[in-house]
Amino acid sequence: MSTNPVIQLADIHKVYHTGDVDVHAVRGISLNIFPGEFVAIMGSSGSGKSTLMNLIGALDRPTGGSYRLDGIDVSTLNRDRLADIRNEKIGFVFQGFNLLSRTTALENVEMPMLYNRQRIGGPEQRERALACLDLVGLAARSDHKPNQLSGGQQQRVAIARALVNRPSLLLADEPTGNLDSQTSIEIMGVFQKLNEQGITIVMVTHELDVARYTKRTVILRDGIIRTDTPVADRLNAEHELSQLKQAQQAVKLS
Amino acid sequence: MMRIVATFRIAGRALRRNKMRSVLTMLGIIIGVGSVIAAVSITTGATKQVEDKVASLGQNVITVFSGNFTSGGMRGGWGSAPTLTVEDTKAIQSQVPNLLAVSPEVRDRAQVLAEGLNWNTQILGESPDYPQIRNWGIADGAMFSDQDVRTLAKVAVVGKTVTDQLFPDQDPLGKTLRIRDIPFKIVGLLEPKGFNLFGQDQDDVVIIPYTSHMRRITSRSFVNSILVEAASAEIINKAQADITEVLRARHRSVEPDFTVRNQVELMQAATATSRIMSVLLGAIASVSLIVGGIGIMNIMLVSVTERTREIGIRMAVGARARDILVQFLIEAVTLSAVGGIIGIALGIIATQIVSAATHWPTVTPLVWVGAACVSSAVIGIISGFYPAWKASRLDPIEALRYE
Repeated sequence: MSTNPVIQLADIHKVYHTGDVDVHAVRGISLNIFPGEFVAIMGSSGSGKSTLMNLIGALDRPTGGSYRLDGIDVSTLNRDRLADIRNEKIGFVFQGFNLLSRTTALENVEMPMLYNRQRIGGPEQRERALACLDLVGLAARSDHKPNQLSGGQQQRVAIARALVNRPSLLLADEPTGNLDSQTSIEIMGVFQKLNEQGITIVMVTHELDVARYTKRTVILRDGIIRTDTPVADRLNAEHELSQLKQAQQAVKLS
Repeated sequence: MMRIVATFRIAGRALRRNKMRSVLTMLGIIIGVGSVIAAVSITTGATKQVEDKVASLGQNVITVFSGNFTSGGMRGGWGSAPTLTVEDTKAIQSQVPNLLAVSPEVRDRAQVLAEGLNWNTQILGESPDYPQIRNWGIADGAMFSDQDVRTLAKVAVVGKTVTDQLFPDQDPLGKTLRIRDIPFKIVGLLEPKGFNLFGQDQDDVVIIPYTSHMRRITSRSFVNSILVEAASAEIINKAQADITEVLRARHRSVEPDFTVRNQVELMQAATATSRIMSVLLGAIASVSLIVGGIGIMNIMLVSVTERTREIGIRMAVGARARDILVQFLIEAVTLSAVGGIIGIALGIIATQIVSAATHWPTVTPLVWVGAACVSSAVIGIISGFYPAWKASRLDPIEALRYE
C-alpha cells in the first residue's frame, strides 16, 4: 500500500480562458507524491504554483491530464464530489489562516466535521477537535476566539482544523507568509512533528529557508517543473529554535 | 447534508453578530405580522359581536313578515298589512318539511301595571315554541303550554327589565300583572338577553299566548309575523322557498303580500362591513409583509457579499453548494420566523391595548396566528432563496481570495 502515491499527477494542464487571451498556467506537470513525504512546491509568482495548488487541493479541475488523489481520479469529479474529496482527503492551511472570526478555536476546528458525509456525533466532534488542538499545543486555548490569539496560534488552530477529518494530505499555501521568522520556525516545527507521525504534507512557498525544513523541493517555472530534488541540508525546527533563543539570550545578556 | 441543529446555531451566531442589523431587518416582518394580527383581531371581534347579536335572535330562523299596509298613498312598511293569519302558520307547520318550530307573532305596546308600579313595554303574543326559536332560556318557572294557547290562558312570561321595573324587591314568579286591565299570572321568567343588533333592550318584554293576545288584548285576527326555525343551516334556503310557495298558494296573490327573510341573509348583511374592513386591512398588512420580505432579501444579499470569505473557507473544507444554500436559507428563515413570532406577540399586545382603550371586543383567531407563523417562514424562504443561491454558486477559489 505504501508504494501507491497519495498524489499522482499525469501530464496536467490548466488553461484559463480570460477574455481574448488563453492563459496557459500549467503546461504538463507529472508528479508523484508518496505517503509520508514532506514536499515544498516553490516558484516565483506566475510560475503556476498557485494553480497547481488549487488543482492538488481539488478546488479546481485540470483542463488536461489526470489527477489521482489517494487512488481516486479527481480530474473528472463534479462540484459536490470535489467538496467531499476536500472534506475527507485534504486538510488546508492558508497563508491568512482563514479562521472564522468571532468563533472559538474549538468551533473552528469542529467546522469541517459538520460537512463530513459520515455523521459524527457532537461529543465525538468535540473530542476529536480537542485532540487536534492538543496535537498543535493549543488545547488550553480552545475557547479563545481568533482575535484573542497570536498569528502563530491562529495558524496552529488552522492546522488543527486541517487535521480533524484525518486527511490523506495536508496542503499548506504559504503557511508562514504572514508570520515573523521565529513563529515561522515554530510552525515548521509543527509540520515536521506531524510529518514524523506519518502525515503527508505538501507546502507551497516562495521562501527558500522555509523550504529547507521539508524533505523534497519541487521548483516550477512557467507552468512546468524545473527541478525536483530532495533537500540535502535539511533544517530541524527544534534545533533552529533553540539556537535562536540562545542568540536572543546572548543579545539580552550583553 | 449538514446537521440542522448545527446550522441553526451557525445562523443564530451570524445574526447575533450584527444585532442591530438583524433587529432592523426583522422590524419589517414584525410590523407586518403585528399589524395583520391586530387588524384581524379587531375586525374578527367586531364581526363576532355582530354575529352573536344575530345569533341571539335564534339559530336558523326564518321570519315571515306580512305585506305593507297602504292607506291614502301612505305605505306602512312590512308587517303593517293584515295578511298573515294563524292558519298560514298552521299551513307552514304542516306542509313544509324539516322545521323544528313555528310560532306566530303578534306585537303591541301597552302599559303594564303591578303592585302600584307601571311600565310601558312590548307585549308579544307567541306560541310555546318561541323560546326555542329564539334560543332563549327560561330562568325560573316555565314557558306557557299549548294548553294555555288553546284556552286563551291569562299567563305571561316576562323579561328581566320588566320584572326589575315592576317587582324591584320581590320574586315576581306567581305574581300578577295587569295588561290593559286584564290580570295575567307570571308563570316564567326569561333569562336576560341584553341589547339586540339595533340597540333595543330585548329583556323589555312580556310574552303571552298569541291567542290571548289576539282575543283579550288587541282583538285582532291577523298576526304581524311568523317565526320559523329550520332544522339546519343547510336547508334554510330550501325551507325559505317552500314557505314562500305555501304562502303564495294560500294567498293567491300576484304580488306577494308577505316577505320571507332568513337569518343567513341578515347575518351576511350585518357582517358585510366588517368583512370588507378585514379584507382591506389584510391587504394593507400583506403589503407591509412583502416590504419586510424585500428587506430580508436586501440584508441577506449584503450578508452574502460580506461573508464571501467565510463561504470560501467552508467550501474549501468540504461544504457542498447545498450546505451553503441551506445555511443562508436558515438564516433568512430564522430572521423572518423570529420576526414573525415577535410580531404575533406585539400584535396581540396591541390588540389588548386597543381593546382596553375602546372597549371593543377583540378575538385573535388561532388560524391567523398559525397563518402568520407559516407566512413569515415562507417569506423567509422566498426572500432568502436568491441570496442563498448566489452564495452557493460562489467559486471557492474566488471566494477565498475575496478581501
